[in-house]
Amino acid sequence: MSELLVELLSEEIPARMQDPARCDFENLVLDGLKDADLAHGASRGFATPRRIALVVKDLPERQPDRIEMRKGPRVGAPDRAVEGFLKAVGLTSLDDCERRQQGKAEFWFSRHSVPGRPVREVLAHVVADAVGRLSWPKSMRWGDASMRYVRPLRGVLALFGGEALPGGVAIGGAEGQLNFSNCTRGHRFMAPGAFPVTGFADYETKLRAAYVLIDVEERMQRIRESAPEGVRLSGRLLAENAGLTEWPVSGVGDFDPAFLDLPPEVLVTSMKSHQRYFPVEDETGGLAPRFLFVANIEAFDGNAAVRAGNERVLRARLADARFFWDQDRTRRLEDLLPGLDKVVFHAKLGSVGGKVERLEQLAAWLTPFVPGAVVGLCRQAARLAKADLVTGMVGEFPELQGVMGRYYALGEGLDAEVAEALAAHYRPQGPRDDAPDAPVSIVAALADKFDTLAGFFSIDERPTGSRDPFALRRAALGIVRIVLENGLRLPLRQAIAAAQGGYGTEEGADSLLAFFEDRLKAHLRERGTRHDLVSAVFALGNEDDLTRLMARVAFLERFVDEEDGANLLAACRRAGSILAIEEKKDSTSYGADADPVAFVVEAERALHDALMQASAAASRAVEAEDFAAATQALAALRAPVDRFFDEVTVNAEDAPLRINRLRLLAGIRAATSGVADFSRIEG
Amino acid sequence: MTAAPSFQELILVLQRFWAGEGCAVLQPYDMQVGAGTFHPATTLRSLGPEPWRAAYVQPSRRPADGRYGENPNRLQHYYQFQVLLKPSPPDILDLYFASLAEIGINAREHDLRLVEDDWESPTIGAWGLGWEVWCDGMEVSQFTYFQQVGGYDCNPVSGEITYGLERLAMYVQGVENVYDLDFNGAGLSYGDVFHQAEREFSAYNFEHADTDALFRHFTDAERECAALVEAGLALPAYDQCILASHAFNMLDARGVVSVTERAAYIGRVRALARAAAGAWLRARGHLDAPA
Repeated sequence: MSELLVELLSEEIPARMQDPARCDFENLVLDGLKDADLAHGASRGFATPRRIALVVKDLPERQPDRIEMRKGPRVGAPDRAVEGFLKAVGLTSLDDCERRQQGKAEFWFSRHSVPGRPVREVLAHVVADAVGRLSWPKSMRWGDASMRYVRPLRGVLALFGGEALPGGVAIGGAEGQLNFSNCTRGHRFMAPGAFPVTGFADYETKLRAAYVLIDVEERMQRIRESAPEGVRLSGRLLAENAGLTEWPVSGVGDFDPAFLDLPPEVLVTSMKSHQRYFPVEDETGGLAPRFLFVANIEAFDGNAAVRAGNERVLRARLADARFFWDQDRTRRLEDLLPGLDKVVFHAKLGSVGGKVERLEQLAAWLTPFVPGAVVGLCRQAARLAKADLVTGMVGEFPELQGVMGRYYALGEGLDAEVAEALAAHYRPQGPRDDAPDAPVSIVAALADKFDTLAGFFSIDERPTGSRDPFALRRAALGIVRIVLENGLRLPLRQAIAAAQGGYGTEEGADSLLAFFEDRLKAHLRERGTRHDLVSAVFALGNEDDLTRLMARVAFLERFVDEEDGANLLAACRRAGSILAIEEKKDSTSYGADADPVAFVVEAERALHDALMQASAAASRAVEAEDFAAATQALAALRAPVDRFFDEVTVNAEDAPLRINRLRLLAGIRAATSGVADFSRIEG
Repeated sequence: MTAAPSFQELILVLQRFWAGEGCAVLQPYDMQVGAGTFHPATTLRSLGPEPWRAAYVQPSRRPADGRYGENPNRLQHYYQFQVLLKPSPPDILDLYFASLAEIGINAREHDLRLVEDDWESPTIGAWGLGWEVWCDGMEVSQFTYFQQVGGYDCNPVSGEITYGLERLAMYVQGVENVYDLDFNGAGLSYGDVFHQAEREFSAYNFEHADTDALFRHFTDAERECAALVEAGLALPAYDQCILASHAFNMLDARGVVSVTERAAYIGRVRALARAAAGAWLRARGHLDAPA
């Protein structure tokens, strides 16, 4: 039993691509081993900025012999076909073949025993194949090579049982192939020379001595352990730093405490997004004038120059930020609005300036639907919602959009509700983000999202599969959450129409409404609500008030769980399926009222009366949004419906009688339709 | 660091270093360009199979980045040192790091890092993959493996290194304001040389440039480029592409190009770059004449 060790040494791989590549490579090699009938022990993948590596334990020395079956002609095929097959597989008689059923026919199969090849030859093929098939979000060519890889591939270490595999990886060009070797290199600057290794344990030890930690977990752990108290070690930034270093060496730098009067978001963004530094907190949980940086080197001077350099860079960044902060505050947000005409919203949908004009109108339209919202403030919030996009600070740090608008508005002395809305109108930004709950924020957030959805649907830009470049799903889900979490009574259809009015179009209203239905179902599915109940209510076609819709769904949920409800549901389904068959057969609809004069048995009359009563009561109750009463009224139908099915033959010989009875069934469908389309509910 | 190199010394050291690696040390292209990449020694020479190595300083004009000489880090005119190695040799990164050591940035004393940065220039229809090079957290160079230029695949692939000279000089000299840079090691500062130009050109770019004339320049250049491509004159045609690109940058700085027009203008410059690149490849026998 021997060990396979592979390392692909390349120029620096983007941090975000390392982990997926590590998994991909491991899977490709293991799949290759499986295809080659090679059993193996534990495997483990590794990734650093320059390496994708893999070790697989306990491989056999030889590939096991295999039996290969080759398919021949059908049993009973003409002699010529049989002879041709025997010749092709090198046999003389069918005695050496066996018959096997395949599909409806029986075929001749020949048996061949294929001796296993030496494992190192098989592995050479498996590894080369896996390297070629490794997939990257973006790949490139280099020099005169024809191979594509994430960045130039410079060496392939491939050892089996301590010796390099034969062959190599074809890269094309003058070099032709990168030979498999037993050598690797250490840290780019601290141990650049090549050295041989004999196996995984040796590889790991020697690399560690050469300032390379191949395990990303260990690199993250080192950063964690070296962090002084108060460092905010967020997971993504930690992983990114571990993906930018083979030998992480942390250091703490200082900055001038005078910068602490900048908004904390500005300081944190300056540190994190551009510099990949970790912010440090003081004892009170506020920001301390310090930061943690992670270098990829142990310099001779104990990283004094590195620290001084990083401090300088941050100083320049913060000075820039201070410049923007001072500069931006010399102008009122209102005065920035003309600049929005030059910011693209979307090539086909015009500028952000145009969007803001629509938002203001839409906000005014939405205000009456949001209790407590003052129309003047809502208009102002909508008008200023995007003004910070043309401030110097947001130009430098786009992720601070909204946040800066809020600060600048407060600085100007604008209404606090308006200021809050400038930040909150982007929310909720994801499933874990809170939906806004302040009236002006709600209006601005709804206006922004409705406008975006109406615009993109009007030009037929819709999410497909996993592609949703304009975050339209998030916008629709945001509206659903804002409406439901605040109990708003907002007619969706009208809101969509109002938003479309801003674009002067009516394109895409139905598909947008259907899109909301999908988002609502997805949202409710996560919360465990049955999506068929949502469909049953949506199918009514006139229910676009999400809050009322949810009330209906909630009652329906309870109703179908009760005995009366479940029973009525079964009866409705039965009535529905009989009707569907007969209506199809007769190519007509039995929607007209049944004629009481034509009833011949008591069960017909009883059902008819019950239907009249229940239908009227249910309609009244729905009108009053008393869904408890509506479902109760429907529950009263159970006994007469059951009796009708027990005592009456719907498809009577007598044609007029049959039609009248079918009309009664249609009456059941009609009576329940005020609450939901019961045919959509799954049993 | 003792006796940090002056701004001009930095250039001289880089020129000497890359001359030693077989580069033709060229002089700046005599036209207004937005980046060193626009020099035909990079754009056009990166196309076709012939090996090529060049290094040069290129003054770069970014009219919209002007700050009237008042911002310590932003200039509407600055210098890039550009290196193009075609095909990119296997030791290209080692060469680059050796060049940094020559100007006083030793890889054992500083934290040098290659951070993902994909490069794309929609105006010349070019893209490549590579990195920003960080020195102690500061970007000092851009490193790109050209995949496409003018819409044509690069084969072989060139490695392009762009040093931001002012940034680098500020770093090695420990200066926080670009105008304080020691220019010649004999008392002359960067501000002495360029401050007035920054003030005047900012005013020109933002306030005085004649936009009607610029729109005319753009369309004139477009027409002339087409005629020159027709005549099989690749380099003159490419000059017209550069003129159009600069006219567009000026119009953009003046704020007279609307959002929707912007993309259209970029597309028009790209069409010129593509036409000139095609003419270059045809003139050198690597592309058949259009049917």
